[in-house]
Amino acid sequence: MDSIDKKLLNLIQNEIPIDKRPFKILGQKLFLTENEVIKRIKKLRNEGIIRRIGGIFNSREIGYTSTLCATKVPENKIEEVASYINGYEEVTHNYIREDEYNMWFTVITNSEENLNNIIQEIKNQTNLDEIISLPSIKLFKVKMVLTF
Amino acid sequence: MIENLDKEIIRKLQEDISITATLYKEIAKDLNMSEDELLHKVKYYNECGILKRIGAILYHRNVGFKANAMVVWKIDNQDLDKIGTYITSISEVSHCYERKPCSSWDYNLYTMVHEKDRVSCNKIIEKIANTIGCANYKILYSTRELKKTSMRYFK
Repeated sequence: MDSIDKKLLNLIQNEIPIDKRPFKILGQKLFLTENEVIKRIKKLRNEGIIRRIGGIFNSREIGYTSTLCATKVPENKIEEVASYINGYEEVTHNYIREDEYNMWFTVITNSEENLNNIIQEIKNQTNLDEIISLPSIKLFKVKMVLTF
Repeated sequence: MIENLDKEIIRKLQEDISITATLYKEIAKDLNMSEDELLHKVKYYNECGILKRIGAILYHRNVGFKANAMVVWKIDNQDLDKIGTYITSISEVSHCYERKPCSSWDYNLYTMVHEKDRVSCNKIIEKIANTIGCANYKILYSTRELKKTSMRYFK
């Protein structure tokens, strides 16, 4: 990654213009040709730096509802519990964190009822004592942009 | 109101889009619509807030952001807006939410901090704690990523 790649990454994390020739516009900002921009983006994708290029939607505006869940899983049961929980496509993120509540996952679905059913089902199927659900009340910021 | 055509467009845009000089034209072709019509729709989604942006998402661990901390704070209700707004201005904070606490976990403000390593991460967290005058917080570093996917709507 050279300094131009870094500038390009800063730009395309923020926006790929909604325009007939988006890479031409980006190129003008970086003094690159349209082709050069495309070549660099493809390279960064092949190198495992870019995970995805596409639309980033506001789940609430789309009519989906979500929550953050936490639970205490004994060390020797992490694999088994994770493989069950991760089987739900409604579970988009799952992390082990350093706390008594060590497993943290997000559930996102199209209704409150579905959300509660999924959490209940996970609890029943995994025999966990407790799953806490921490739905968001107010969103102050979501913007995953890494600045180089 | 999200119509069937909107759902079809959203389904396309949430995939990993292949990069060509005229990428919207290719998508429009797949959807049997004109490029102008598609661009008009996508701009509208963006303006009304359904679409935050068309952009790139990185593998942050592969670009040197190895430390990922969720910091949970216990904040007085009347200070939440002021503090939430301040935290928003910090570029290393990617997410900031007020969440409904529960009896066994009574933190109400949640922030995600991304940095190169824990030392730099801790510095940022300390700076935030000092600025907002909050001592009642906990740092939960992630030690393993078990799943990370992009949400796919209308599947």
